[in-house]
Amino acid sequence: MEPMPQISMLSYDVVVIGGGPAGMAAAVKAKELGLNVLLLDENDYLGGILPQCIHPGFGLHYFKEELTGPEFASRLAKRLVELGVEYRTAARVLEIKNYSDLEKVVIFTSPAGVYQVWTKAIIYAAGARERHAFEIGIVGDRVAGIYTAGEAQTLMDIYGILPGKEVVIVGSGDVGLIMARRFALEGAKVKAVIELMPYPGGLARNVMILRDFNIPLYLSHKVVEVRGRGRVQRVKVVRVDENLNETGEEFWIEADTLVISAGLIPSVKKLKKIGVEIDPATGGPVVNDRLETSVPGIFVAGNSLLINDLVDYVAEQGELAAESAKEFIEKGGIESRKWVKVRKGQNVRLIAPHYLSGDRDVYLYLRVARPMENVELRIPEIGKKLRLPVVKPAEMIRLKLRAEEIQKASEKLTVEVVRA
Amino acid sequence: MIYRFTCIVCPLGCSIEVEMENGEVLGVTGHTCPRGMEWAIEEVTNPRRVVMSVVPVEGGALPTVSVKTAEPVPKEKIPELMKFLAKLKLKAPVNVGQVVAEWEGIKIVATRGA
Repeated sequence: MEPMPQISMLSYDVVVIGGGPAGMAAAVKAKELGLNVLLLDENDYLGGILPQCIHPGFGLHYFKEELTGPEFASRLAKRLVELGVEYRTAARVLEIKNYSDLEKVVIFTSPAGVYQVWTKAIIYAAGARERHAFEIGIVGDRVAGIYTAGEAQTLMDIYGILPGKEVVIVGSGDVGLIMARRFALEGAKVKAVIELMPYPGGLARNVMILRDFNIPLYLSHKVVEVRGRGRVQRVKVVRVDENLNETGEEFWIEADTLVISAGLIPSVKKLKKIGVEIDPATGGPVVNDRLETSVPGIFVAGNSLLINDLVDYVAEQGELAAESAKEFIEKGGIESRKWVKVRKGQNVRLIAPHYLSGDRDVYLYLRVARPMENVELRIPEIGKKLRLPVVKPAEMIRLKLRAEEIQKASEKLTVEVVRA
Repeated sequence: MIYRFTCIVCPLGCSIEVEMENGEVLGVTGHTCPRGMEWAIEEVTNPRRVVMSVVPVEGGALPTVSVKTAEPVPKEKIPELMKFLAKLKLKAPVNVGQVVAEWEGIKIVATRGA
């Protein structure tokens, strides 16, 4: 009989789960604040998805210069190493346990064995997962050649493997468009980008990619079926009406590869298991202005909190989570005289954080439900008004509220986006 | 000939039109700032892009390093540049920021180390 495996015990002030931009920024900040911190990541390398995002456009706010994803990641990793932050890669978290406010356990496996870590606080920064073909109603043959955009990106830009030669991309969000460019640059034929909505999902600078490479964009269309023997051979495309219902109008596109770029969902399974309250709109936890979840001492940052457009804001959330963990450990909890509830008004699809103390300035992150021009963002309870020329669901709005402004609200404040 | 663009200089996303004849700019409309006008004219007369790709590397933790051009490249030259990049092979160690090759005076810079 095999002997029982030894479970090694470790002890830290704070464990950061996830070594992407949110987790690295959090671990760096925690160390700078004098906390004893351990960073865990399940990948073989740090950086999360950044190392495979080889295009420029990162870091304009956080580092004040334009970087590619791998460059952004390597800057954070360098700071992490300089400060001597302890980290483990290939470390997969199996379970989080919450015994009491300052007694939590993280169990993880790694090539060196199984570990049980006692910690006072946890910063959860495990990112998001991609929506896959089954979730958007694509049926048909079970064939090779169907990838999520992120999988295709890993193959191409980490491992140097071109996943296919004739490609149809589902979804015109930024990731889908960026992958359209990567395929086209590497000599594959991108036959179409198919978008369900009547407008493109990505930033204007990425929509330009389609013109650069003469890639047809089908708005108000969806892929419904895949056919092939062993490998994708053709996909069926259907036009939808203004209510997104399928019309009879359909056609087939010959292709060997289908790339799904249909949005991201915060990875919060392990948090749900310990009873963390989830906001159905963001898909991430309900948090207060310290990014603390409904379980005291468990903080969340980055795409696990809500899906961000800019890595700069992700890193900013990581730093805030680390400052909050420090406060939590020192005071034995996050206290506030009152919590002002943030409510979604007209044309606001999602917003976080959800509860504000008024003790500190805060950034609200929000998305609108539909595009509008010439609008005013209003918070009636505190008399706040902000003119915006354009709002789009694809572009997150980040709004700073000062502590004094928040204090003017009694129990709630409502954020609405209305015609000016 | 009229060229239409969604401006990418700022999030406003103005719809700009540039009217051209015989390689001369006749007029620009739809922009709301001088930067947008400059960008649109450049986009019609001399479009450039920063190009990125990956290059195989021997002896690194990962099988490739990512690279970018140190400056934007004229759009029509991109296919030729990609052919050049496809032939490159590197050996570890490679550092972030290291110039790993040069093509027609344009530096190719590593953005991921190995």
